[in-house]
Amino acid sequence: MAKATFRIWRGNTDGAQFVDYDTEVSEGMVVLDAVHRIQAEQANDMAVRWNCKAGKCGSCSAEVNGQPKLMCMTRLNDLPLDEPVTVEPMRAFPLIKDLVTDVSWNFKVKEKMKPFTPRPPDAEDGTWRMEQEDIDHIQEFRKCIECFLCQDVCHVLREHDLHDEFIGPRFFVYAASLEMHPIDTENRLEELKDSDGIGYCNITKCCTKVCPEHITITDNAIIPLKERVVDEFYDPIKKLFRVFNR
Amino acid sequence: MASYETHEYDVLIIGAGGAGLRAAIEAAVGDLKVGLVCKSLLGKAHTVMAEGGVAAALANVDERDSWRVHFADTMRGGQYLSNARMAELHAQESPDRVRELEAWGALFDRTQEGGILQRNFGGHQYPRLAHVGDRTGLEMIRALQDHGIHQGIEVHMENTVVSLLKTGDRVSGAFGYEREKGRFKIFAAKAVVLATGGVGKAYQITSNSWEYTGDGHSLAYHAGAELIDMEFVQFHPTGMVWPPSVRGILVTEGVRGEGGILTNSEGRRFMFDDIPELYVNQTADNPEEGWLYTQGDREARRPPELLTRDHVARCIVREVQEGRGSPHGGVFLDIAWIKEKIPNAPEHIRRKLPSMYHQFKELADIDITQEPMEVGPTTHYIMGGIRVDADSQMTAVPGLFAAGECAAGLHGANRLGGNSLSDLLVFGKRAGEYAAQFAVENEAVPLDTAEIDTIAGHTLKPFENPSNAGNGEQLGPYDIQAQLQEKMQELVGIARSQESLTQALAEIQDLREKAEIVHAIGNREYNAGWHTALDLDCLLTVSEAIALAALERRASIGAHSRDDHPEKEEPGAGKYNTIIKKTDDGTMEIYRQPVDELRADLQEIIDEMG
Repeated sequence: MAKATFRIWRGNTDGAQFVDYDTEVSEGMVVLDAVHRIQAEQANDMAVRWNCKAGKCGSCSAEVNGQPKLMCMTRLNDLPLDEPVTVEPMRAFPLIKDLVTDVSWNFKVKEKMKPFTPRPPDAEDGTWRMEQEDIDHIQEFRKCIECFLCQDVCHVLREHDLHDEFIGPRFFVYAASLEMHPIDTENRLEELKDSDGIGYCNITKCCTKVCPEHITITDNAIIPLKERVVDEFYDPIKKLFRVFNR
Repeated sequence: MASYETHEYDVLIIGAGGAGLRAAIEAAVGDLKVGLVCKSLLGKAHTVMAEGGVAAALANVDERDSWRVHFADTMRGGQYLSNARMAELHAQESPDRVRELEAWGALFDRTQEGGILQRNFGGHQYPRLAHVGDRTGLEMIRALQDHGIHQGIEVHMENTVVSLLKTGDRVSGAFGYEREKGRFKIFAAKAVVLATGGVGKAYQITSNSWEYTGDGHSLAYHAGAELIDMEFVQFHPTGMVWPPSVRGILVTEGVRGEGGILTNSEGRRFMFDDIPELYVNQTADNPEEGWLYTQGDREARRPPELLTRDHVARCIVREVQEGRGSPHGGVFLDIAWIKEKIPNAPEHIRRKLPSMYHQFKELADIDITQEPMEVGPTTHYIMGGIRVDADSQMTAVPGLFAAGECAAGLHGANRLGGNSLSDLLVFGKRAGEYAAQFAVENEAVPLDTAEIDTIAGHTLKPFENPSNAGNGEQLGPYDIQAQLQEKMQELVGIARSQESLTQALAEIQDLREKAEIVHAIGNREYNAGWHTALDLDCLLTVSEAIALAALERRASIGAHSRDDHPEKEEPGAGKYNTIIKKTDDGTMEIYRQPVDELRADLQEIIDEMG
């Protein structure tokens, strides 16, 4: 069996550094397998978040060789093993310990957003009629596993730290899934423009590139939302219309 | 008593998968104070892994479906060991529970008429599973989560409960720790709902994550509740088998529902070789009829690949044991073959089974639209669990309720695919409703402070146990867990015998002694080794319960197979459930309880459905 070195971020807010671990690797292993093996054999107290180990729950987000990845879906045979594989926590969130970060901000952001508000049911049994082709694009948004890798890579959050003024790509996708939902009646455009800070996004598409669910975040969610905001608030004819309507 | 951070609730829910979230939402309908504690982050529980769909007789695709057919299907699948009242409530109420999710934002795939689309699944007479591609669980947990966060529920993420608290006979709360700093917390509550899921981590090959250590089963057992039918552990027939690191990850039954076939190394569709008597009339006797069924032909009967999970798993084991397995010890599951039948098959497969396509592509370098998958059984679900009242979901302990996988009764000896998602909605709601009612009707009781200090001391014991306790026998928490998993897999797996089970009980006892002296390194901050050491007690408790119940049932029925007792019923024993209870001296006691005779109107349904 071959050996490889994993350079893993260890420590907490009092101080942290990379520690090298050598471990055996075998066919088909993913980064999370190696981290687990190290945890079981050499570092029992190492902190790592994970659940499904199949790319479905979005718990094991980390930065592998500097790239935001789900550890459970990152195959070792796609990485150069002749040099140490670095594994570090997401950098856009405060460190708790080792590979675990405090992502609670994301949950607070969602709570503040206007919830799904359906129109009255279409049928007597309390159900609605929707065409599959009308929901295909929303089902794309609803594939999101809330791994927060898009948040991690977004420079507005990561470099500019605008967590109070900007909700990040994950929640634009969430807003899009609600705004474009065929039976939702709520309007979230004012929040998107003001408190959610959609204007800060300058469409670098970093979020789309790292999405493990391959959601086309920028093109399908953020840009259409930006267009809706522009139509609502900056369209001169609409603006005039609003003035007269007052 | 030392001072601990204390939270007071009317209703406390432990576990935030589908059942826990649904219970919390229901309990919060009035103006009660509801707390929700979960081991992971919100929305990460195993419900997220459910793929195929949620079973509900909506009759959107085939109007012949009704709650009566769903009831009969569930009873037949459970080999008539299910609690009939639960099966009745489940079949009657699941359609409303599914429709309600749509009102909370869930978006199921649609029929031509714009209603909720339903698909075929093993053991279900008609297309019955509402679904979203092959990520139904994600859709459900997200709908519940996104609705739940606006109901005023207090959520404690990454908190683990290590003991229930009792005052006299009644439950009075729970004691646990938060992962981040390892600080202790007390959750005082008038009523407690357990919704902790399964026990998969007791086995080596499993589709379950680290969380599924039987916490609810163990908490309830130690608090004086009963466990029922613990021998029935579902080994899902199709888990991945290669590469080794992904062994056990689930391959949805939806692959077979969409026309996927099982073949052995000789290319034979071996499922045609053995069709159980209960299902002969409902099963296709040639491949073409089976294919037509999967494509919606109402006159066709289902292909044998869609027989119940217990049976399919046993057939796969037989093929492997008799030397007709695939290169890595499984059999072949082939969906690519449908290109002989339909145009644009690859695109069709990617649309119907997107996450399976990605899972195999990314983890195994297999393109399922072009080549077959290799699959084998994986520990997936436990039918047995905490014994509850069918209507209220209350256990034998006043104020303690249970719902979802950790509760038992609905599935009998074998669960039908899709019935767990409906189970957690129907009985999650009921548990929340009745727990709320209990909280309204009963005053809070004071906590037993002496008990709390004892529990706290016990929880810190792994740090205080000396490293290398002297005899050289000491194992680390991960080693003990791995040894237990290995023994359970080998001795209490798909094929069991008196000999293997007796040995298993001895091994479990031995590991329990090792767990008593287990040492955890480091400090209390987010320390996975310490957490694993604490989870061992739950794992050992449920493992003992499973082995003991398996020893007691001297027959092979549903998911439980005894090599030394291949017949379906022990002569003269009749139909019974196995009940496990903790005795006053702390040992595990088991007894049999005959299955109640069916109510006449329910018996009529079963007779009518054949």
